[in-house]
Amino acid sequence: MTRLRQLYPQLLALGVVLLLIGLISPGFFSVTVQNGRLYGSLIDVGVRVAPVALLAVGMTLVIATKGIDLSVGAVMAITGAIAATLVADGHPVPVVLLVALSLGLVCGLWNGVLVAFLDIQPIIATLILMVAGRGIAQLITGGVILTFNDPAFSFLGSGAVMGVPTPILIWLAMGLVVGLLVRRTALGLLIEAVGINRRASMLVGVRARFLILATYAISGLCAAMAGMIVTADIHGADANNAGLWLELDAILAVVIGGTSLAGGRFSITASLIGALIIQSLNTGILISGWPPEFNLIVKAVVIVAILTLQSPAVAEELGVLRDLLRRKGAKP
Amino acid sequence: MKRKLLAASSVACLMLCGAAFAADLTVGFSQIGSESGWRAAETTVTQQQAKERGIDLKFADAQQKQENQIKAVRGFIAQGVDAILIAPVVATGWDEVLTEAKDAEIPVILLDRQIDAPEDLYLTAVTSDQVYEGKVAGEWLVKEIGDQACKVVELQGTTGSSPAINRKKGFEEAIAAKSNITIARSQTGDFTRTKGKEVMESFIKAENGGKDICAVYAHNDDMAVGAIQAIKEAGLKPGTDIKVVSIDAVPDIFLAMAEGEANATVELTPNMAGPAFDVLEKFKADGTVPPKWIQTESKLFTQADDPKGVYESKKDLGY
Amino acid sequence: MTENALLQAQGIEKSFFGVKVLDGVDFSLRGGEIHALLGENGAGKSTLVKILTGAYRRDAGVMRLAGREVEPRSVAEAQDLGIGTVYQEVNLLDNLTVAENVYLGRQPRRAGLVDRRRMRADARDLLARYGVKADPDETLAHYPVAVRQIIAIARAVDLSGKVLFLDEPTASLDAREVQALFDVLRQLRAQGLGIVIITHFLDQVYQIADRVTVLRNGRMVGSRALSDLPRRDLVAMMLGRELAEVTAHRDPGAVLSDSPAAFSFKDYGKRGAIAPFDLDIRAGEVVGIAGLLGSGRTETARLLFGIDRPDSGEARVDGATVTLHSPQDAIARGFGMCPEERKSDGIIGDLSVRQNILLALQASRGWSRPIARREADALAERYIKALDIRPPDPNRPIKFLSGGNQQKVILARWLATDPRLLILDEPTRGIDIGAHAEIITLIEKLREDGMALVVISSEIEELVTFSTRVIVLSDRHHVRELRGAEITAEAIVEAMAVPGDAA
Repeated sequence: MTRLRQLYPQLLALGVVLLLIGLISPGFFSVTVQNGRLYGSLIDVGVRVAPVALLAVGMTLVIATKGIDLSVGAVMAITGAIAATLVADGHPVPVVLLVALSLGLVCGLWNGVLVAFLDIQPIIATLILMVAGRGIAQLITGGVILTFNDPAFSFLGSGAVMGVPTPILIWLAMGLVVGLLVRRTALGLLIEAVGINRRASMLVGVRARFLILATYAISGLCAAMAGMIVTADIHGADANNAGLWLELDAILAVVIGGTSLAGGRFSITASLIGALIIQSLNTGILISGWPPEFNLIVKAVVIVAILTLQSPAVAEELGVLRDLLRRKGAKP
Repeated sequence: MKRKLLAASSVACLMLCGAAFAADLTVGFSQIGSESGWRAAETTVTQQQAKERGIDLKFADAQQKQENQIKAVRGFIAQGVDAILIAPVVATGWDEVLTEAKDAEIPVILLDRQIDAPEDLYLTAVTSDQVYEGKVAGEWLVKEIGDQACKVVELQGTTGSSPAINRKKGFEEAIAAKSNITIARSQTGDFTRTKGKEVMESFIKAENGGKDICAVYAHNDDMAVGAIQAIKEAGLKPGTDIKVVSIDAVPDIFLAMAEGEANATVELTPNMAGPAFDVLEKFKADGTVPPKWIQTESKLFTQADDPKGVYESKKDLGY
Repeated sequence: MTENALLQAQGIEKSFFGVKVLDGVDFSLRGGEIHALLGENGAGKSTLVKILTGAYRRDAGVMRLAGREVEPRSVAEAQDLGIGTVYQEVNLLDNLTVAENVYLGRQPRRAGLVDRRRMRADARDLLARYGVKADPDETLAHYPVAVRQIIAIARAVDLSGKVLFLDEPTASLDAREVQALFDVLRQLRAQGLGIVIITHFLDQVYQIADRVTVLRNGRMVGSRALSDLPRRDLVAMMLGRELAEVTAHRDPGAVLSDSPAAFSFKDYGKRGAIAPFDLDIRAGEVVGIAGLLGSGRTETARLLFGIDRPDSGEARVDGATVTLHSPQDAIARGFGMCPEERKSDGIIGDLSVRQNILLALQASRGWSRPIARREADALAERYIKALDIRPPDPNRPIKFLSGGNQQKVILARWLATDPRLLILDEPTRGIDIGAHAEIITLIEKLREDGMALVVISSEIEELVTFSTRVIVLSDRHHVRELRGAEITAEAIVEAMAVPGDAA
């Protein structure tokens, strides 16, 4: 498992972002219990981060293999549409979950086969589903926002277990399950090996194709889960907008988490913190009361600042600075 | 050869036969696509209108591409239709194909969007007035609130889009004279339910758990539907504790109105074709040249307007 | 000496992650001399070169060019000052033409456009001066490495013109090409250029260089004229100890030709790569494979290990026919292979030494059966100790190790799988003398322990030392098998000269 020390940069960035928001909007940190569930801006961050956090879990693994999955937003739309259709037709929640997750898995396997077995560049391979997926979703919903009224399914988006909103529990659980899966088995090590040097890995007998396929499959599953949460949240499937551009936020979360787009070492926990940083910014901007024209600028400035501080060049400079200070401090 | 003859005879008819042939009009319709429920409804209503009037409608879906629209228009010209309706996907690049239509003496009517082209290239444009829509919403709120102090939160459309700019402007104009009504917060909800809900959640947190908010004005119904859910989840009653007014009049908002959770919506009518066919028939009959812009009605619906009934009448239009 | 030095550095220091890799190093290069920079891998040669050529910034020290203090902050700046570099991996673009490569970034222009005609003519003239007849319009990939190397040198000299650094320029050249390259260097020396050459081949150092500077563990050991430096002394300088004559003894064990072979390949071949061959490998023997570059050495290894699929013949392990269509197939039969290209095919750079060691074992166990941390630690510790991997830190990313130590980690990786047949493709290429000797000793020890080994090497003396049998390849054919007393350097060289289709 990732050592806490390795998460310092991400935790520090999250801390600073939260602190800044707290300065601008003092009420940000207040958490109360209302109608038997936790309530407050901080909780909103935890709930609203769910789709990006879930996508980031899968995206981390895909990026670790030197790949990228642009289709996750579209897969959310597809699985959301299927889920809404089934719920509207009165199917029980377990059936809906099973079908939607299977569909997400199929989408992931499709990407995985294109990348791992047909050797199509990941960005192109997943672009196919990114473009076509939304069309498929629209076919399923018939071009309308497919609404339903089913408290059991809506529970996924707006319910709470012992006061904790369900989306928070879902993304935490998914992060934990996938994290354990890759770190308690050798999957994580082998994925990293493939991402760093696929040729060398294949020469020591690592089944690189299978591993790559598996990461896209997991990414598809995560996207399916995310798709169901947003569908449950608004009690409807919006094929045009569900998950739109979220693939980019997920990639950003992974990058903020310190996983290189060149593949290799990864940390799911760090990616989740990355997602939290992005969502904290979103929520922070919303409650700041600034005009919306500033949203993207503020977000961009903060993210550039975080990435700059994490860049190897700056890290080296900071290292030099630290050494200097230490040396000065050592002098009597 | 046959087509040319047909075209020639219809041009001849245009001058000689007049109204007698109005019922046998053939009209080409180049639609943008089906990117939203409203767009789908517009297509449905246009087809209904054509059927009612005995007009033979030739429909072409451009799938969001101008080149497809231009191809479709050229096809209509070649077929020698009597008129062409275009819902233009972009504002520029129309001069050439519209000149071709003009040379073939086929009148062109624009639906729901304006273009940057010389006015003599088209007969008229049928669109709504987005500023006016915002104004109608604002005027409803002014009347509803009276002289109470009222903090409004606004869910804007996509930042920088023309409906977002215009609907904001119209609403602000309507409430400008009333010092008791202020816009406390305004953020973009990107015209989507998810973002509408998320933004409303944050507004509620920022405004004393929502207790300070008297009304929410959403630039479209979808964001309003999201906001209604956020209000409910915060333990407040939408429509009562916080008034909800929005624009578009899609079927789902009428369900909310029937439940008492939404208060008013301003219709962006999907019936752009009706007024278009009206002026076309007149033009064909006696050459009456319509004004260059025909503004559609921006009708206000409230809970008093039988929301259930409106929902039933709208739900099958393809929204 | 200071007065007539062309390039001079004093007290150069550099640390990475708190580890000092250069400590007060002095270096002085005169105009009109070829200066060899030597040292074991990890001694700090590359770092020094990178500092002198502007790729790295130094932590301390002074650098002077023709007496004037300079501070190059990038390779481009160093180039403008007159310091050019040709790296080991030739830094040209294979898909551009020869002329474009020579003039990349400074194409002659006319009226704002690239003047292609002049560029072609200039490139042709320039290369002619180096004795290279290359078509300026042909893409670079069309030419062999040796020609590309000279083109790279021509470009570097044309760009900078005072000092030329060459990092392992002869690593992938054959003997004739090396001589051609040396002719070029002598010509440049005559023109007054200062040339620094980094290499592992001591023969070549004595052939071409005038002076040598030796680094060890980030410090300068000394700088001497080669004319009065016996080879033995030079090696001692590099190692810091007296070197036992590595190649003196020869004890490759008896040829066990009568026992049944554990691994047997019959009529095994792949069109376009290697002609069908028969090869038997028994436990407890080292089969050496000799041949020039391109003779089919690596192709043979790839076929044996299942990387390429054969289109003829069959393979048997312990008498049973087996299919070797992937490395996994081969590994499942107890094969292991250290590839020739250590960087691209061997190490997983960002992973730690420990992870690199256990990777093959983990891959063969499958992802669902992870090697427990304790077992991994024990494995890493055992092999770090057994193979004397330095630094002995299992957590250090392997990319920070020297070439020799990387090679040891890759060997450890396979030893951890307890293989029955180990294929080593150029196991001693590009590694320092110390590690070289250790690897040869290891090969002998593994053979004594009963492992079967196939070792490909271009160092004939080395093959003679440890091979039970030697297969000689020529023109993609197995042309000769030498056994026992037949194995001498002369015999191998003679067999290598045999045309392949005459076998």
